[in-house]
Amino acid sequence: MRAAVPDGPAAMPPEGAAGVAAVAGRHADSVDREARFPVEAFAALREARLLGLMVPRDFGGGGGGLADAAAVAHALAQKCPSSGLIYAMHQIQVACLVRHGQVSAWHRGFLERLAGEQLLLASATTEAGIGGDVRSSACAVGDEPGGAFRLEKQATVISYGAQADAILVTARRSADSPPSDQVIVPVLRGQTQLEEIGGWDTLGMRGTHSVGYRLVAEAGREQILPLPYADISARTMLPVTHILWSSVWLGIATDAVARAAAFIRAEARKRPGTPPPGARRLAEATAGLQSMRGMVRGALARFEEVADDPDRLTAPGFAVAMNTLKTEAAETVLRIVGQAMLAGGLAAYRNDSPYSLCRHLRDAHSAPLMINNDRILGNTANLLLAHRDNGSLFG
Amino acid sequence: MRVLLADSGWLATDASTLSDEDDLYAAGLTSHGSVNLMLALEERYGVEFPENLLRRRTFESIAAIRAAVAGLLDGAPGGTGAG
Ligand SMILES: Cc1cc2nc3c(=O)[nH]c(=O)nc-3n(C[C@H](O)[C@H](O)[C@H](O)COP(=O)(O)OP(=O)(O)OC[C@H]3O[C@@H](n4cnc5c(N)ncnc54)[C@H](O)[C@@H]3O)c2cc1C
Repeated sequence: MRAAVPDGPAAMPPEGAAGVAAVAGRHADSVDREARFPVEAFAALREARLLGLMVPRDFGGGGGGLADAAAVAHALAQKCPSSGLIYAMHQIQVACLVRHGQVSAWHRGFLERLAGEQLLLASATTEAGIGGDVRSSACAVGDEPGGAFRLEKQATVISYGAQADAILVTARRSADSPPSDQVIVPVLRGQTQLEEIGGWDTLGMRGTHSVGYRLVAEAGREQILPLPYADISARTMLPVTHILWSSVWLGIATDAVARAAAFIRAEARKRPGTPPPGARRLAEATAGLQSMRGMVRGALARFEEVADDPDRLTAPGFAVAMNTLKTEAAETVLRIVGQAMLAGGLAAYRNDSPYSLCRHLRDAHSAPLMINNDRILGNTANLLLAHRDNGSLFG
Repeated sequence: MRVLLADSGWLATDASTLSDEDDLYAAGLTSHGSVNLMLALEERYGVEFPENLLRRRTFESIAAIRAAVAGLLDGAPGGTGAG
């Protein structure tokens, strides 16, 4: 994976990303209003072959790194945060398969299909009775004769479950396993029944269409990723999730500041010589944006640095860094959108103004809840009992 | 060590039935539990785990924990087999 240097030039979004983002932007209002899957953006992403961006070239993919995926998610989120978040959630699953699936024949074949057919992957970690405690499962992969398994999960939130070609599901390793001894397995559309158990009429991120399902899958045991989910989570899913989600939130913040800046400039043109009253708030929001960008790029660089070292990836210091990225980025995006709203005033508060920040504000409010910040802060507090900061400037 | 594990309630399995090599994570040890286990070991043996020992592998079995603690008691920073 290509390294991102925190102080170097920003990674250029991969080819085609700007065009796809423009498509996402054109349909963002209807996606939000109707709480529907952004079909147009995802047709364009498939066309640009960006769903297989992180699959190695040997498997027919784009051979891109995490920084490339982050750049696409960020570009999409500026125009349609739901599209950006769906893209991020898909690439989180891809990263797990690329980093932990290449040792197994079934997963190598699946990576080829993923790139060739531009498959869309969803995730079912959240479970009824367990909520956002993703390192615990109630459901289990049951043994069936002939190397098969059956799995039933009360998945209270699966984003774009109905549109996905495969869903990566976490479950206990066997019927006798404790809740923390989990595996993760991709189940294909034809192997899975989804029965809706809850709707998705929410404040924001409406286009992710994250309805609840009773998921029943019957598939082959060879589809279970060989490494325990605990390792996959620590080495890949947790850091990649927090980096890609933060990239989406950074995209929301970036567009909010851009809209506030456009408003302030328009005001300044009307009265040259008198700085518009909201200009100070714009300066404040810009400072926050700068710090948030540094946070995301720093975390990307830190991940790239230790990406191939399981011991460093499972050390408390790394987990603390990735957890604090999530909680801090989630709070920062809300603060920035709030400041941008103060800069734009009623022009930002209106739904029908070119400077509107209403959707930004609604979408941004999902950030602290998406794996609740309080839960993550609790985990971080526990890790801090073990972690000893070495006090050096560069970690 | 088994008494400490048995008393802690961090495992879903009876610690006295585990062999030295059994996978403690498969027996229900969580990352939250392993932090508390580390604190209990530090208190019990008067040692301090350095950051380079705080990885998943250190707590994966009774044998691995025993090796780490023995290394710390011998005064070898990082314990035996650290690297
Ligand atoms: C836009 C969006 C898309 C999503 N997509 C998916 C998806 O595709 N697949 C999927 O599996 N999940 C998805 N989720 C769910 C998400 O990953 C979390 O599981 C979910 O947000 C947790 O929901 P919860 O608040 O109901 O549950 P919990 O996290 O259980 O929290 C419930 C309440 O309890 C409190 N709480 C619980 N535990 C603690 C603790 N240890 N410390 C402090 N407070 C605690 C919280 O403050 C909260 O108020 C999505 C969520 C959002 C917002």
